[in-house]
Amino acid sequence: MKVAITSSGNTLKSTLDKRFGRCSFFAIYDTLTDEVEFIPNPNKDAEEGAGPASVQLVASVPVEKIVSGEFGFKIKSLLVELRIQMIVVKDADKTIEDIIELLKH
Amino acid sequence: MPGRPKIIRKISVAPVASGFRPYGMAQNAKKKESLFLLYEEYEALRLCDYEKYTQAEASSFMNVSRPTLTRIYMSAREKIAQAFVEGRNIIIEGGKVCFDSEWYTCGSCNCFFNNPFEEALIEVCPLCGSRDIQNFESLSEEEKSEFTYLGKSGCGRGHCSNKRKRGRMCQKNQE
Repeated sequence: MKVAITSSGNTLKSTLDKRFGRCSFFAIYDTLTDEVEFIPNPNKDAEEGAGPASVQLVASVPVEKIVSGEFGFKIKSLLVELRIQMIVVKDADKTIEDIIELLKH
Repeated sequence: MPGRPKIIRKISVAPVASGFRPYGMAQNAKKKESLFLLYEEYEALRLCDYEKYTQAEASSFMNVSRPTLTRIYMSAREKIAQAFVEGRNIIIEGGKVCFDSEWYTCGSCNCFFNNPFEEALIEVCPLCGSRDIQNFESLSEEEKSEFTYLGKSGCGRGHCSNKRKRGRMCQKNQE
C-alpha cells in the first residue's frame, strides 16, 4: 500500500508541508517495500485548481492514504469519491522521517 | 465575477429525516414546488432553537462568524415560515458543509482522519496504529470547539484579519 505525504523538501529530514495542493514535494512511501520516492509538485505555483490537479497526480500512483496539514473543500469531495483516506496532522514540525516511523507502527 | 468563497460550515450529524411534507391540504389549494432547506440552515436551527445555544456559541460550533450564522439562521426561519404558510414540502439537502460524524481523532498522535470505506468500521489510527481513537460526533460540543480538523479555525479570513495583519493572532489561535 502506498501513502502520500506532503513535503516541503525532497529529503527525509524535510518537514511536512501544511498545504496539500501547493506543497513542494509529494513523498510516496510504500509500506510493503519500505521505499520512499519524492515527486516534485508541478502545481506548486498554480493560481487555480492546484488541489484537483494534485489529487490526479497522487491518484495515478495510486495511493490509499494522504497525510497533510490541511485539505481544501474541492479536494475533500474528490478524495471521498476516490476512496482515498485523508489524515490531517496539525503538528507542522514533524519530519517525513517521523511520519514514516509512525506509519510503520 | 464570483464572490468570496464560502467557508465550510460544520454539521455535527445529518438530520434524521430528509424532508417534511404537509397533510390534509385544502382541496382548492394548488400544489406548489418544494422548498430546499440547506444542511447548514438545519444545523443553525438545531443549535439555536433545539439545543438553545446562543447565536455566538452556535457560530463557533459551525466554524463561521456570528453575523454569518445569523444570516443562515434567518434564511432557515424564512424558508420554514414560507413552507408552513404556503403548504410546501421541505427537502433538506445541499449547502457547503462537512459532517463531524465522518471524522475521527486519535488521542495518541493528535491527528484527524476520515473513513473512506463507510461499510467498514475503523478501529485503529491509520497513522500510528493506536486504539485510542474517537469519532468526532461523540465528543461534547465544548470539546469540539477546542480543536478542529478544518484548516482555518475561527480566524480564517474573516473577523480578525486586521489583527493578523498587525502581527497579532485571534485569541482562539493563541491557545
